[in-house]
Amino acid sequence: MKEIVVISGKGGTGKTSITGAFAGLAKKCVLADCDVDAADLHLLLQPQVRERYEFSGGGRAEIKAEKCLKCGLCRQLCRFDAVRRPADGSSFLTVNSLACEGCGLCAHICPAGAIEFKPVVDGEWYVSDTRMGSMVHACLYPGEGNSGKLVTLVRSRAREIATGNGSDYLLIDGSPGLGCPVIASVAGSDLAVIVTEPTVSGEHDLLRIAGLTKHFRVPTVICINRSDINSAASDRIAAVAEAQGVKVIGRVRYDKAVTEAQIAGKTVNEYTDGPVAGDILAAWQRIINLTEGKE
Amino acid sequence: MKIAVASGKGGTGKTTVAVNLCLFLVDAGLQVTYADCDVEEPDGHLFLKPEIVTRRRTGIPVPHVDPEACNLCGECGSLCRYSAIVVLKDRVMTFPELCHGCGGCAYICPARAIAEVDRPIGSIDRGNAGKLGFISGCLDIGQAMSPPLIKEVLKETPDDGVTIVDAPPGTSCPAMTAVGDCDYLLLVTEPTPFGRHDLELMLKAVCSLPMPKGVVMNRVNGPDAATEELCDKYGVPVLARIPEDRLVAEAYSKGLTAWEAVSGYRTVFADLWSGIQKDAGRCGE
Amino acid sequence: MRVAITSQGRDRDSLLDRRFGRAAFFIVADTETGELSVHDNAQNLNAAQGAGIQAGSTVAGLDVEALITGNVGPKAYAVLKAAGIRIYLAPDGTVAQSLQRFKDGLLEESLSANVEGHWV
Ligand code: SF4
Ligand code: SF4
Repeated sequence: MKEIVVISGKGGTGKTSITGAFAGLAKKCVLADCDVDAADLHLLLQPQVRERYEFSGGGRAEIKAEKCLKCGLCRQLCRFDAVRRPADGSSFLTVNSLACEGCGLCAHICPAGAIEFKPVVDGEWYVSDTRMGSMVHACLYPGEGNSGKLVTLVRSRAREIATGNGSDYLLIDGSPGLGCPVIASVAGSDLAVIVTEPTVSGEHDLLRIAGLTKHFRVPTVICINRSDINSAASDRIAAVAEAQGVKVIGRVRYDKAVTEAQIAGKTVNEYTDGPVAGDILAAWQRIINLTEGKE
Repeated sequence: MKIAVASGKGGTGKTTVAVNLCLFLVDAGLQVTYADCDVEEPDGHLFLKPEIVTRRRTGIPVPHVDPEACNLCGECGSLCRYSAIVVLKDRVMTFPELCHGCGGCAYICPARAIAEVDRPIGSIDRGNAGKLGFISGCLDIGQAMSPPLIKEVLKETPDDGVTIVDAPPGTSCPAMTAVGDCDYLLLVTEPTPFGRHDLELMLKAVCSLPMPKGVVMNRVNGPDAATEELCDKYGVPVLARIPEDRLVAEAYSKGLTAWEAVSGYRTVFADLWSGIQKDAGRCGE
Repeated sequence: MRVAITSQGRDRDSLLDRRFGRAAFFIVADTETGELSVHDNAQNLNAAQGAGIQAGSTVAGLDVEALITGNVGPKAYAVLKAAGIRIYLAPDGTVAQSLQRFKDGLLEESLSANVEGHWV
């Protein structure tokens, strides 16, 4: 079983549309949507939820006003400025739960034992059936933290299912950015496919995300999406990538059909068999060859 | 006044809107600073091409244990929720990459054996692009925690004039850190199913925040009733509808701003600014 | 010699738990006397982060010379090594079987972490 993670660095490059299309092309696969902040893959694959779990990423502090001595020590020590005077002018301090990092220091040092530290439910995750195979996905409640842990959970469950049912591929829709969720989705996978686009920011972010996969020693290839919007930039990206030993495994042309497929709730290759579908198929074929060591 | 520009997902044109709004405001004679808090993927400099005057490294404080002073009491290990410090029979081990820098271990250590040292996580650039002030944070590759760096960038923003904060995409802690203390929040979206879905997540995430909010619809191709209805449902006005324009896309791909490429943009941003002022004023009443 | 084994259940016929940090139980066996004791790892099962580190420090506190498990990540490995505990990797099987394989010298000693860490 090979674990392939599709990432983009910068968002909005078409990562999810391409992952969805790959899922339809892979014969036996399990899917993991690790873009837990803005999970979109389910809009293409309409999963039927089979199992549902709560996710807790940590705890939050809460001050019990009736026990509080108003000594202010918690406010002084909280490095995250989470202990605040409430807006209503009352003299009791409260914990702003968005700012609270969940370190627990205030609860530990409060001389009156007035601070409770409680685990909070930060989101949900699911095991579902889709027409492409099993899918593990999640929904982080807005504004909650520790998405790295949720990504790890989603990914390891998906890996268990894939090894258990003899799948050929575990296909991961990775998180955007370069921080903790993307590190959790990339580290230890067999191949990272970076979906980029030929813009200055696409070029710039590509270098950063490729630096990250190199840091974690994950073999990396590039797929240039909407490559024909600026062919000169696409060529430049290809040259820079190849110079670093990173292969460009596909160029996918700009086509309104990609958005139309999204609207129809289908993958690109289900929606059309036009040239853009051919581009994606060709890219997928090279991924298969690479993971099977034929290239 | 601090205005945060955010979006539920990347690639909606958030940076384009932030940068062009800055240019408009500078042109209108205001004192403006652009603060790039999208520290995982800072892109604003590609369009603003600022002259960088200072660069400083920044980090988070992590524990350093003096083995001579430490009596292996184990207090620090039982306090730390991140397993960044563990006490074994004959030594204390630290895992700086897991440390959130709360300072708890150093504070409670009865033997005063823990000092705090900075572990660098990124850098902050300051400079100018013409009359526009420029601040940008950049997270080191391989670092997991961006909120501390975002907070450092925000600390450097001036109190007077207008600051446009380019926030990280998404709805999780980095984005909330960047927008939390702003006076106005601008959400950028695009009219696709993904765009709408992520806008709704964003609207849910920010509905409890006190500041007034507005939506910018980018790359609009004719009317989009679904997005308008969504904004209505959450009581957030749509302040601008920027039409899809091949010229803008091409300019963007070359690192030019829409402002430079398309003259009609002036009115779009003038309308956007008066919308923000109207709303911001209403909240101040 | 005292040996810890990661286990899915409380007795010698339980299956080995291949996970280290999030193992359900640690069973400590004395290879000379055959005596067993059970240690719950429940609080670690749901740890926010660093389950491997915490499990490493728990096992270090059990006064054992060796650990038998399925997989060990880099941070847990560092803790176990610092505590002077040798790590042996076992295939699927029961606690009793794994212990026998260990006594027969059939288990491979792990000289580095054998799985990726969880970067959270
Ligand atoms: S738990 Fe930590 S971050 Fe939260 S309020 Fe207490 S000291 Fe501050
Ligand atoms: S500073 Fe806080 S997070 Fe860091 S090691 Fe000490 S207790 Fe843990």
